[in-house]
Amino acid sequence: MISEEEVKHIAKLARLGLTQAELKKMQNELSSILDYMEKLKELDISKIEPTSHSVKIENVMREDQSKEKKLEIRKKLIEMAPEKKEGYLKTKSVL
Amino acid sequence: MQLTDFTITQAHQGLEKKEFSALELCKAYLDKIREKDREIFAFLTINTEKALSQAKKIDNLISTGKKLPILAGIPTAIKDNILVEGIKCTAGSKILENYIAPYDATVIKKLKEESCLILGKTNLDEFAMGSSTENSAFGPTHNPHDLTRVPGGSSGGSAAAVAANECVYALGSDTGGSIRLPASFCGVVGLKPTYGAVSRYGLIAFASSLDQIGPITKTVKDCKIVFEAIKGRDEMDSTSVELNQKPKTKNEKLNLKEIKIGIPKEYFIKGIDGEVKKVIEATIKKYQEMGAKIEEVSLPHTEYALPAYYIISPSEASANLSRYDGIKYGYSAKEAKDLMEIYLKSKGEGFGQEVRRRIMLGTYSLSAGYYEAYYLRAQKTRTLVKNDFEKVFEKVDCLLTPTSPFVAFKIGEKIEDPLSMYLVDVYTVSINLAGLPALSLPCGKAGHLPVGLQIIGKPFEESKILEIGEIFEKTCPR
Repeated sequence: MISEEEVKHIAKLARLGLTQAELKKMQNELSSILDYMEKLKELDISKIEPTSHSVKIENVMREDQSKEKKLEIRKKLIEMAPEKKEGYLKTKSVL
Repeated sequence: MQLTDFTITQAHQGLEKKEFSALELCKAYLDKIREKDREIFAFLTINTEKALSQAKKIDNLISTGKKLPILAGIPTAIKDNILVEGIKCTAGSKILENYIAPYDATVIKKLKEESCLILGKTNLDEFAMGSSTENSAFGPTHNPHDLTRVPGGSSGGSAAAVAANECVYALGSDTGGSIRLPASFCGVVGLKPTYGAVSRYGLIAFASSLDQIGPITKTVKDCKIVFEAIKGRDEMDSTSVELNQKPKTKNEKLNLKEIKIGIPKEYFIKGIDGEVKKVIEATIKKYQEMGAKIEEVSLPHTEYALPAYYIISPSEASANLSRYDGIKYGYSAKEAKDLMEIYLKSKGEGFGQEVRRRIMLGTYSLSAGYYEAYYLRAQKTRTLVKNDFEKVFEKVDCLLTPTSPFVAFKIGEKIEDPLSMYLVDVYTVSINLAGLPALSLPCGKAGHLPVGLQIIGKPFEESKILEIGEIFEKTCPR
């Protein structure tokens, strides 16, 4: 069983704000899902290489060039930000 | 026959022969949506004005007498995690409720080059996470065969729209079965292409090493037409590849007598519904009678694919979904006092239950101390699953399995128990882990509900599995 402290820690890493009731429910659900994952421990994987990608493609390269987007597209992208100022995204202070 | 009963080829011929106009065709579908979608809820956005004006443009094109592309004016519906410029794209989430797509996904660009006609955007489980379309923030879609049941997920809106004749064809996306499962539950055809066959640019990312866009259609032939239109390498997706299969000459038909079909025994043991098993076995028998060689094979790591999938996909999702931070776009919590609180509240309030669960599961699997026990172990298991397929494909041309162990279940039946919902994907996730192409097509009914046959192929052999599917389809009256 995953502890309540661990659930809180993971939620913080994920930047996910959960209420006390939600944390409790999450703890129960994650525990039963993680129990199910225990099945994987039946396999001997000591000599197996991991697969991150099913199709073998390596190092697809392109020119390191910046591409200017059209002004109207830039405007559209900025427009979607919840807060903006003079063509920039605005956030609360970071430091 | 009504306008809304047509396949792509039939509608195309009707337009070319001027039996009806593109505008009449478009209006017939918009009427159908108005009539039926109140009870089915396949659509999140209906694109009425733009669809009508596009139809008029296509009628002008027809009047010039120029050759009409096969998909020109054929009414289609697009899963709402694929960007269509200028139209809302919500991914079924409150966090993107008001997000307007600033550009076209590559698949949409390709369809637009064929003068496609987009009727609207279809419902899905939030961020494509789910197997029933009940996880949509905007309400569940209902199965057209039985309104008390789910259409499957996550592309449930697209599959239900095709099944209810609310469009001729649709696009979906498939990360662990999200095209094939709803196709199976709704009695339509769905193709999950080989990983890399179709560009993912403009698809809202869920698990990037597994996601693929594919068609949902009424017939296998239509499926082939749409796949041909959307496939190919794209410089905007560095994992996409060119399919250089030499085109067959017209006479070079696939001969079933030269085909070896593998039946993986692990797909027929525990958990499968008796009626479904009967229908699938009858289908296998039919292939045998038509001349195919049938051979029982084994994929010994099948039972480990599901737990591996439910570690790998949430891990990738937890990274992909970190971008929804309440700063760049989408839902942003009001009255947050500092930056951390904007993140916590925007994500906590913006994401639904299943998405939060998967972010937590993924973050846990990737976090210090658990990475090796979960994520790395799952990736190594993925190698074993992939090797199983490579081995059997040395002996056989394709594999036949059920798409799902059971038919469409009741709305509400599994939604409170996440693990029982995950188990719905037991026959589909291995294919994504191995990156293979797989087709689901209707092959009969259990009671009043459709059963889907899954045909799994070797990498980039979409045309072979489509052809094998078409041979069976021809024996069934539509």
